[in-house]
Amino acid sequence: MSTLHTVNKSPYERNSLTSCLDHLTAGDRILLIEDGVLAARKGGAFAQALQDAKGACAIYALGPDLSARGIGQSDLVEGIETVDYGGFVDLAADATRVCAWL
Amino acid sequence: MRFAIQINEGPYTHQAADTAYQFAKAALAKGHEIYRVFFYHDGVNNGTRYTVPPQDDRNLQKLWSDLAEAHKLDLVVCIAAAQRRGILDANEAKRQGKDGDNIAPGFRISGLGQLIEAGIQADRLVVFGD
Amino acid sequence: MSDEQKRKTFLYLNRRAPFGTIYALESLEVVLIGAAFEQDVSLAFIDDGVFQLMNNQDATAAGMKTFSKIYRALGDYEVRKLYVEKESMDLRGLTLDDLMPITYEDENEDYAEKPSIIVINKSEMAGLIASQDVILSF
Repeated sequence: MSTLHTVNKSPYERNSLTSCLDHLTAGDRILLIEDGVLAARKGGAFAQALQDAKGACAIYALGPDLSARGIGQSDLVEGIETVDYGGFVDLAADATRVCAWL
Repeated sequence: MRFAIQINEGPYTHQAADTAYQFAKAALAKGHEIYRVFFYHDGVNNGTRYTVPPQDDRNLQKLWSDLAEAHKLDLVVCIAAAQRRGILDANEAKRQGKDGDNIAPGFRISGLGQLIEAGIQADRLVVFGD
Repeated sequence: MSDEQKRKTFLYLNRRAPFGTIYALESLEVVLIGAAFEQDVSLAFIDDGVFQLMNNQDATAAGMKTFSKIYRALGDYEVRKLYVEKESMDLRGLTLDDLMPITYEDENEDYAEKPSIIVINKSEMAGLIASQDVILSF
């Protein structure tokens, strides 16, 4: 029983990531998509928050959205796994429910 | 697994409809079922056949219409949201006394109940928006 | 409706203020239509969503429809669980007194009027999210 949380907006623009991080249950997973992947860049203001959440909840970023925005694997906060759309589908199927933080 | 998809935004302005399309395509490729794709709020604007996007870019409406045809998808445009934003099928145009309709192939206009029903019948509801 | 009638828990996630965008109004329209399906419905008001429940809303001068009275009628549609997040209210300087009094009639207690608004903290809200079958975001 777990939730897949999706975050699609940049954390620099919207508080959706922060809100998401405030409402996690251990075992949940977070998938950053669209502009949400911008949070995953190391050295960014949200890198620490993601590191802190990572212990209890695995964090993923959508590969196509990273490449679109010029973010390479080596630019990512450590421990964030990249998935493609098939991986997105798998995460949604594995979870009990999906919660979109728009 | 049976998925239901909700799309809250129109084409191009937000990435929602693109991400939803790629998700749907990937789910179908994995052998999952898409119970319904429900277009709400500005998402109804994905259902007009009158867009002429630049030739060197994707044609989102055509992508959805083609995917629907290939996999017999149920693409539903919410009637209340459609009425607000001017997406009509022939019946609606006649009912409302409008001089034309614009619904794209493969899309149908129906009520909000279709979204709730999709939530009930599907195993997972995934929402794409802004 | 299908033969195998399932009853699921539905959570409507409201995080935006009313009027600046249409999400508050149109999500309410889903709640009203959804009521006919007799599912177990809860509404969550987080972040700016708490402003949807502000008392004394009047959009007349703005030329828009004031739809806040629909929240007051939710009890008639068997929608009785409006969870409002305390931290979101605190950040915005809101208290329960700033919100509309929204009630429902409890048929199990002689139709006694009871409050539909339930203030919970973010940890309880996380627990609520983790308990739902379907989450609708707008």
